[in-house]
Amino acid sequence: MSTRGFTGRRPGADAARRLPPGQHETDDFPVLSLGPAPAIDLANWRFTLRQGARPLASWNWEQFLALPRTTWRGDIHCVTTWSKFDTVWEGVAFDDLLTAAGIAAPTPFLLAQSFDEYDTNVPVADLVNGQAMVATHFNGAPLAAEHGGPARLLVPHLYFWKSAKWLKGLKFTEKDEAGFWELRGYHMRGDPWREQRYTDDD
Amino acid sequence: MSTNGPGAWEHAVITRIEQATPRMRSFFLRAPLARHAAGQHVDVRLTAPDGYQARRSYSIASAPGAQELELGIELLDDGEVSAYFHDVAQPGDTIEVRGPLGGHFLWHPGQPGPVLLVAGGSGVVPLVSIARAWRGAGAPAPMLLLHSARTWEALAYRDELRGMAGAHAGFGYVTTVTRAGNDAADHARRIDRPMVDATLARLGAVPAVCYVCGANAFVEAVAQLLVAAGIAPRAIRTERYGG
Repeated sequence: MSTRGFTGRRPGADAARRLPPGQHETDDFPVLSLGPAPAIDLANWRFTLRQGARPLASWNWEQFLALPRTTWRGDIHCVTTWSKFDTVWEGVAFDDLLTAAGIAAPTPFLLAQSFDEYDTNVPVADLVNGQAMVATHFNGAPLAAEHGGPARLLVPHLYFWKSAKWLKGLKFTEKDEAGFWELRGYHMRGDPWREQRYTDDD
Repeated sequence: MSTNGPGAWEHAVITRIEQATPRMRSFFLRAPLARHAAGQHVDVRLTAPDGYQARRSYSIASAPGAQELELGIELLDDGEVSAYFHDVAQPGDTIEVRGPLGGHFLWHPGQPGPVLLVAGGSGVVPLVSIARAWRGAGAPAPMLLLHSARTWEALAYRDELRGMAGAHAGFGYVTTVTRAGNDAADHARRIDRPMVDATLARLGAVPAVCYVCGANAFVEAVAQLLVAAGIAPRAIRTERYGG
């Protein structure tokens, strides 16, 4: 169906190539979250890998910053239809977390868990091989609280609700368990290029 | 709370358009969507003759079960879809909508009160839906809306909300304008801690839940003021627009 009188503003060729279906480019960095940014004291910050309730490895802030660092530059895509190009993130790659913990991923799924009690599920297959990190810096500066600082998950090839803010840990699960938004109608995986926004999307 | 997806894109006919403020219009739609909950939004999709599509999310202003779906759409500088709505759309036009969407920024008549609503500018739209749902449910718990806008004219739904406050002892409506001063507004400054304290005092009891909606900087500032005033973070629900 075409909309009477709507011509639209087409992105340039470069942007068009980089925009998943239904997305538009923004220069802003919009914020979506459930509530206020939680106050997190770095002195008490801990990041923990768990399998179910059992801790596998844990780092305080100083230990975490001493882990191998990774930088990633690229585009991010929010399910609310904005995409932001050429963002620069720095943090610790998921692969390096496993190496530092001396483990292989014990199950194929995990839940990213946040200090504000948000959680979101991500398959391990979407995190390994340099696809994801726990980010502590954005555009060269410490990650602002409103964008998930001190540390957030970054899984840039999935819709950005998967990149959980205010991350406190990753919990490996036997099954793919729905997180906060997935329980509220959002897709279990969220691939922007397949436009997996909502539960019923393929 | 729904565990279902929003379903398919549906055709919606624009039945009428009202100018809500100098930069915001209400678009009334006849659309075959499931009944929404107060606070939800829909996705809107527009298609150009060559197949190019644009989509945006817009909050619903109407009460659940209303005959027509009302969307409050602000004209954004450089807006692609909002410019279509403000410059092109006419009653009788058909657009595509999907929804209702959103499973967190919701109010249901049975939930505990009191309820505090805080809006920045056009962020009032989903809060109007909540206020209308509250009125429709028989005003079950005390509710207060604090609305901040740049000018008196930019306080969308002002007359209706004032009327609601006049008709229901349980509904409070407090306004503040941040640019042009106007004696008719309650306050003439950005929301600050004294204003939050005065608003909470007027509500009379600690709110069971607070809903804050507007531009991101506004929402984060207000949410942190509420936390500083002693509201539990988990009692504060936010909906943020870009910018």
